[in-house]
Amino acid sequence: MNRELYGKLIFELSHKGRKGYKLPNTGVKASMEGVPAELLRSTSPALPEVDELTVVRHYTNMSNNNFGVDTGFYPLGSCTMKYNPKINEEIATDPRLASLHPDQPTYTTQGALELYHTLELYLSEIGGMAEFTLNPYAGAHGELTGLMVIRAYHEQNGDSKRTKVIVPDSAHGTNPASAAVAGLTIVEVKSRPDGTVDVDDLRPLLDDTVAAVMMTNPNTLGIFERNIPEIASLVHDAGALLYYDGANLNPMVGVARPGDMGFDVMHINLHKTFSTPHGGGGPGAGPVGVRKGLEHLLPNPRVVMNEDGTYGIEYSDESLGQISGTLGNFAVCARALSYILSLGRNGLKWVGPLATLNANYIKESLKDKYLLPIDGVCKHEFVFDGLKDKSTGVTTLNVAKRLLDFGFHAPTIYFPLLFHESLMIEPTETESLETIDEFISVMSRIADESIADPDMVKDAPHNTPISHPDDTEAALHPVVSYFELSAQ
Amino acid sequence: MLHRYFPHTEEDISVMLQKCGLSDMKDLYSDVPEQLLLGCDYDLPDEWSEKEVRDFFKRLGDKNRNLTCFAGNGYYDHYSPAVISAILSRSEFLTAYTPYQPEISQGTLQYIFEYQSMMTQLTGLDVSNASMYDGATATAEAMMMTIASVRKRNKVLVSATIAPQVLNVMKTYAHYHGVELELIKEKDGVTDKSDFEEKICKGDVAGVVVAIPNRYGILEDYAGWADMIHRNKALLVMNCVASALGAVKSPGEWGADIAVGDAQSLGMPLNYGGPYLGFMCATKALMRKIPGRIVGATKDKDGKRSFVLTLQAREQHIRREKATSNICSNQGLMALYVTIYMSLLGTDGLKEVNELSCAGAHYLAEALVNTGKVALKYSDKPYLNEFVVVTSFSVDELISKGVEAGILCGVKLSENEMLIAVTEMRTREEMDQLVGLVSKM
Amino acid sequence: MSKIYYSPTHEYIKVDGNVGYIGITDYAQHQLGNVVYVDMPEVDDEVVAGEDFGAIESVKAASDLISPVSGTVVEVNEALVDEPGLINKDSMENWIIKVEMSDASELDSLLDEGAYKELCH
Repeated sequence: MNRELYGKLIFELSHKGRKGYKLPNTGVKASMEGVPAELLRSTSPALPEVDELTVVRHYTNMSNNNFGVDTGFYPLGSCTMKYNPKINEEIATDPRLASLHPDQPTYTTQGALELYHTLELYLSEIGGMAEFTLNPYAGAHGELTGLMVIRAYHEQNGDSKRTKVIVPDSAHGTNPASAAVAGLTIVEVKSRPDGTVDVDDLRPLLDDTVAAVMMTNPNTLGIFERNIPEIASLVHDAGALLYYDGANLNPMVGVARPGDMGFDVMHINLHKTFSTPHGGGGPGAGPVGVRKGLEHLLPNPRVVMNEDGTYGIEYSDESLGQISGTLGNFAVCARALSYILSLGRNGLKWVGPLATLNANYIKESLKDKYLLPIDGVCKHEFVFDGLKDKSTGVTTLNVAKRLLDFGFHAPTIYFPLLFHESLMIEPTETESLETIDEFISVMSRIADESIADPDMVKDAPHNTPISHPDDTEAALHPVVSYFELSAQ
Repeated sequence: MLHRYFPHTEEDISVMLQKCGLSDMKDLYSDVPEQLLLGCDYDLPDEWSEKEVRDFFKRLGDKNRNLTCFAGNGYYDHYSPAVISAILSRSEFLTAYTPYQPEISQGTLQYIFEYQSMMTQLTGLDVSNASMYDGATATAEAMMMTIASVRKRNKVLVSATIAPQVLNVMKTYAHYHGVELELIKEKDGVTDKSDFEEKICKGDVAGVVVAIPNRYGILEDYAGWADMIHRNKALLVMNCVASALGAVKSPGEWGADIAVGDAQSLGMPLNYGGPYLGFMCATKALMRKIPGRIVGATKDKDGKRSFVLTLQAREQHIRREKATSNICSNQGLMALYVTIYMSLLGTDGLKEVNELSCAGAHYLAEALVNTGKVALKYSDKPYLNEFVVVTSFSVDELISKGVEAGILCGVKLSENEMLIAVTEMRTREEMDQLVGLVSKM
Repeated sequence: MSKIYYSPTHEYIKVDGNVGYIGITDYAQHQLGNVVYVDMPEVDDEVVAGEDFGAIESVKAASDLISPVSGTVVEVNEALVDEPGLINKDSMENWIIKVEMSDASELDSLLDEGAYKELCH
């Protein structure tokens, strides 16, 4: 990483009179004539004035202060940071796809609609669902959409008192938030020590006010909910629907399908399971699938295949409504389809097993030095409750920061909340034995350092572009733009 | 090798299984009830080489028509500098996740900080979040934000002149979240001011949502609106086309509390609908009510300037049951897109984009009217780069003639009404070609 | 001499006649860590026992402030606007709002110091 070039903001590289653009010659003289002055800005936005090379260097240097999957191992639990194949980028940026306007007549976008429809079919096959919508823009957006499907289902049945959603206390934080936004009240169900749902605790909660139960399977501790068939029938007997949070779908790919487990509605994070790049936090995509009988509730607009084999776009009154301005993050969907085709059925069947093998191998290799609260086979990820020997006061945060010094991204920390020192590791299937062995040896070394030289570990990281930033100060006196910063 | 994306050899697998005390890959799933196991391959094609993947997508691509674009309706064909795609393809940006570890994520954090700074300039407001999904969802989030910010009020007014897809998304969110969403009527292509005044004065409104420019491309005059809204203790939300704010009066100048919209117009490819970029800015007073992530400046232990995700605690992942937003991350890479775009174009470039688009649209509108085949629907209203024509012929027929000639003539509003947009990408020749088509109708 | 009552949600109320000073307990401030922001109501706002009247944020958490009693806000602690960290320094001294109680009998359902300490053990 480039420590020397670190620092300046693009605004600080600005010089009056420089420019980094040349607009096309349209043949019409530039003018705002026709727009009354009182509708125009009276002050100009203070954007930087820079030449093209300055911009290129600035952002290239900035990229050197970043860490991606292409940089190194990224075992961030619940985020499925697998390799993002390059062919997918080439496909997604093809102008034959990228230059289509969303309002073009459908007879001029048949290829794009076929792409949408094909991915929708493939996801339905993988999820064991009847139909998918690709409209949701992200995982959380998918969750929200899925819960709206569920509410629409009960509404259309005239079942208006179903306003509760049951969520395990080990769930991803977005579950209760999505439920709240969808106008549902959250009821937490306690999990057993391994994070799985306690059927006996669940049973009395299931009454005629419950709209849905949201589950992640395997759960956030990487443990498969083996009682899922029983849970599904309990939920269905109570007249509620079962929602599958697709955040942890990866270990199930090639192995088992949420639809077969009894889930009615699910979302998939294409940026996790189907390898579209995370982009520093987006754009992702959160397609939502439903079992047979719920298809009509999916959001507008819907892509349909006509009888003559052509594709169209439909808006239906039975739908839950529109949840996105467009048909979703189309270019992200193109990447996911490219990935599925590159793997094919013979590749896909190894995704879950190899991800699971990698996770178990790390778990078994490190459980002597890190506290493993739940023994036994995990799925694609597992959680350590910090170091085994905590006598020197080295925390999970310290371990995470020390890992950065060795060129590894940190695991997810302090989640799930079931343990105080959670360290959640997800290696994915695309990492080699050598990479994993190196990670294990570094983790092991950090555990030793924590005893031999705890202060050094607590002071980590030592060789990253910046040292530990003061986030209390950032929250206490928020400075959230350059103009506030330069006014200081 | 099982596949080029999987490094595991048979030997690796056996070493690893042994370490786990297992003898077979199947043992990894011994906890999954037998009847749930797939037991066969998916009904999908076999593994393809890159050649086959390319051929497949080429076949799909060839089924599409790339047209000279006069369509807008919120999404515009603007010039996109080559620098942007070059930087965006840098995998340090592309393959990173949300910047949870600031020490090795300064690249992402810094561009978000720059993005926020630029958006506050564009909107004339104090604080920007790190971006959202798209303009429609950002507007729905703003609607919920007004409810969360104004105590004990549950009603939001939205002008009927807002883009239909934005209104539809707002309606969906309002329905499920339990917001009372009420339309302010439209009159002659603009928001009916007397209807607005009547509704705001009832004193039960948390927010008012209006558009710049509106769904017909018209720039409405909102003089006095903010005062009246604030007198009634409500918030003014403006839904904007980001690019337009390089020239037209900003939400801050109108006195708005929240600005939202789609930033696709800042040079992003049309991509058949996405990814685009929703933005949200607000006054400092509302900083802690803004959904999504925000990046702040601070110092590291050595006193070096650094950037971190801040105000995290207010986010849904901690205060979860009372969430008024469930947005987790942002539209990261797309925020980088528009940050580079605004760096290259700067103040002058953005203004010039608007001048060229505006001049082109007015040139085209006049030429179209001169054919005698169409009239401007709202001829007395000011517009920026998009306008509605009433045709004496079938809009579908023109659109299909246009497609034959390689032109996307506009967006159909009804059998004889069409919305036409012009950007700096449209040359006079292309506009004359469209005029030629219309004159032959 | 004022008497102090506690709620199970870690607020306290120091009662002085029919006026009470409401804040968060030392245990609560310790759990939260560095307080960075306190979202407070306005003077004359009504508060209801068991309902939230604001929120408090630290770097790692945000939590609702639940009123132990019903009444009208007569004063808010403006010092917390600029220096929310005062709560970490001395949360018992740095109350958040001052309320004129509408029903003093609500105090009966709150905890005394012993019972509260028991709760936090």
